[in-house]
Amino acid sequence: MAQNDIHDLAAAYALDALGPEDRWTYERHLDGCERCRGEVAALRDSAVEMAYAAEGPEPSPDLRDRILAAAREEPRTATVVPMRRRWLLPATAVAAVAAACAAIGLGLWASSLRDQGVQRVVAVQGAPGNLIVAGDSATLVVCLDRAPADRTYEAWVIQGERPRPAGLFPGGCRSVPLEEPVDEGDVVAVTLEPAGGSEQPTTDILASARV
Amino acid sequence: MSEYAVRLAVGRDEPAAARTPSDEQVLEAVGRGDHDALGELYDRFGRLAFGLAFRILRDRTLAEDAVQEAFLAVWRSADAYKRERAKPSTWILIVVHRRAVDLVRREQRRRGEPLESAPEPATGPADEDAALRDRRTAVQAALTELPGDQRQALELAYYGGLTQSELAERLGVPLGTVKSRMFAGLGRLRELLAEP
Repeated sequence: MAQNDIHDLAAAYALDALGPEDRWTYERHLDGCERCRGEVAALRDSAVEMAYAAEGPEPSPDLRDRILAAAREEPRTATVVPMRRRWLLPATAVAAVAAACAAIGLGLWASSLRDQGVQRVVAVQGAPGNLIVAGDSATLVVCLDRAPADRTYEAWVIQGERPRPAGLFPGGCRSVPLEEPVDEGDVVAVTLEPAGGSEQPTTDILASARV
Repeated sequence: MSEYAVRLAVGRDEPAAARTPSDEQVLEAVGRGDHDALGELYDRFGRLAFGLAFRILRDRTLAEDAVQEAFLAVWRSADAYKRERAKPSTWILIVVHRRAVDLVRREQRRRGEPLESAPEPATGPADEDAALRDRRTAVQAALTELPGDQRQALELAYYGGLTQSELAERLGVPLGTVKSRMFAGLGRLRELLAEP
């Protein structure tokens, strides 16, 4: 990124043509750059037109039912942030977390990640952040409101339907190395739990990512 | 009539006679957790979404995975949808595209080679919506009018899932050239589509 002018990335971002690292960095940049958000919106309108030119066969007739069935199994939470669109948050909330996120993110990227065999970066849903996977270990980088004094955030590694406790953290923007190994297909999730943590989640999932 | 249809029909902005709800109304109902509305959203955009995902992934199963994940992502986050930010169609297609691109990159890394190209159907489905068909024809025509290098950059990025660095390598040109082609291409595409 060093030799890139960040403003040059708008078109590539609109086309989803950035690698995970550049994408992540650019989204942090969007948080604080109103002009860029406008530029990206215009370029995206153009890029999305290309979706209308794509031709394909019909989806299977049962895809609709599968989607509806899966939706019925989804826990819904009251305050979900749109996937990868955290700049839709109220400006004040964004401003508060943006600087911290940038610091954590860039620090992480610049220092250790590249040397640690990072294989994949998965965007977190429900809160701004990413899950960084290297082999069977993963680090959750996520921004959440501070937990109340008598509560803590708890990370979970969910395999099938079995959640394993994977670490406690107080919120804010932070990097949480998970205490449990992860496997492809596992879901990493965060809930708010009583101070000291729980053995099993007791509240709805606030943020999640699939490994 | 489902609860959802009744609610839309008697909604305060609507006359009592049932009028087809707008995309915005459907998405907002999805945001309130209405399963029927999610079905309606799929009926409106599922085929388009699948066409896009299939073009990128060239594999039925993977494309259906991408569409399913994208609709579930919309389901989870529709309550934060803001009309003034983007049209529902734009928002959904952005989510589908991102999912499909992430999936194609993961598959290619896993297999260590590009996904095989499947033959493309010559025409859309017979019962396709006429407005959608016209739009497809218009965008395809606009793409063919772009300068070749711009079109190539847009197509390899948007349909091929290549990153800008991969594009530069594939085309044997500097990264800066790729960036300008993409930027100019998107701008020109907009102009072409705006022409009467």
